[in-house]
Amino acid sequence: MLLILLAVLILHLIILVLLFVSTIANAWTVGGTKNTDLWYSCLTTKGGYHCSSASNEDWIQAVQALMVLSVLFCLFSLVFFMCQLFTLVKGGRFFFTAVFQILASLFVMCGAIIYTVMRPDGEEDAAFGFAYILAWVSFPLCLVSGLIYIVLRKRE
Amino acid sequence: MLTILALASVILLGIVPQQSEAIVIYTGWERHALVGSDIRLSCSFFSWRWTSDDVTFSWSYRPDGARDAISVFHYTGGAPYVDNKGPFRDRLEFVGNPGRRDGSILLKNLDYGDNGTFTCDAKNPPDIVGRASSVRLLVFEKVPIQAGVITGSIIGAVLGLLLLIVVIYYLMRFLVARRVFNLSVSKHGKKGKGKEGSQQRQPWRPPPVTCLPLTS
Repeated sequence: MLLILLAVLILHLIILVLLFVSTIANAWTVGGTKNTDLWYSCLTTKGGYHCSSASNEDWIQAVQALMVLSVLFCLFSLVFFMCQLFTLVKGGRFFFTAVFQILASLFVMCGAIIYTVMRPDGEEDAAFGFAYILAWVSFPLCLVSGLIYIVLRKRE
Repeated sequence: MLTILALASVILLGIVPQQSEAIVIYTGWERHALVGSDIRLSCSFFSWRWTSDDVTFSWSYRPDGARDAISVFHYTGGAPYVDNKGPFRDRLEFVGNPGRRDGSILLKNLDYGDNGTFTCDAKNPPDIVGRASSVRLLVFEKVPIQAGVITGSIIGAVLGLLLLIVVIYYLMRFLVARRVFNLSVSKHGKKGKGKEGSQQRQPWRPPPVTCLPLTS
């Protein structure tokens, strides 16, 4: 029992870290000398590292908001998990935690989809960076974790 | 002891005048405007001295991509002098109040060629050491939404909704527990959450007894 609890907790922490890194790291699109992400678009020329804020367009602001929200909701679900662990009745299910975790996974999915569809094309050798891949990886992990919380029952 | 006191007073006297001799100028950082509209570029300063009668404001303009700046406005000796030869002739107006340390100018009927950097330099004698401050003017056909506004509003809306749901949930629980919110029980005995409800109690009447003569 304790083992399951520990495993679930570790999974949750891994998801939180993945989401955090994906939101912050400056590598959603990399290509040659230029790498862009949600917040900055940086150019590494001979002179140095020139960064400018990402465009003012609506879609990138929506992606920013969704990624930040997913990190927040994952954090909230961790806090509620800790709370519910001590206050839940025996045999109860962690519904509250599961709801927040599933919402977090939905937000990551929406953000990643919007970014995929609206990404500015036309850049030669522009590939997806590791932060983008992390976002996609954390979506199913988060969903699975939420479903585990629905199924998990508190035993003494 | 005395030497320490003397040293301290010298240092203090050395610091304070230096502090009071720097003027700090404030303008915006960036201004967005639509083509054809008017914009007010504000400039004010902070100085430890009283506003003197010889206060001067001067604005200069450097177009985007150009290397040199030209002077477009100067206020001195109590009178403003606006541009009458340069790119802003008849379009610049002084709307500031030097007595209140405000040296703002109004640009009318903007065009795409007005994109550039405006620098305001103010002097308040004897406070003349200071750094000029620049504001960048961007002229758009359609003003884009500022960075972060949509982000902030989405995050704020979702968190606000969450908070609202939590508050309503606890409010409902509180009201039901206090029996204020009474889902009343109707006469037909439909199940409700309230306690007694507003049932009408009929006064108890003994059941009718019919007297039957005892047949023997």
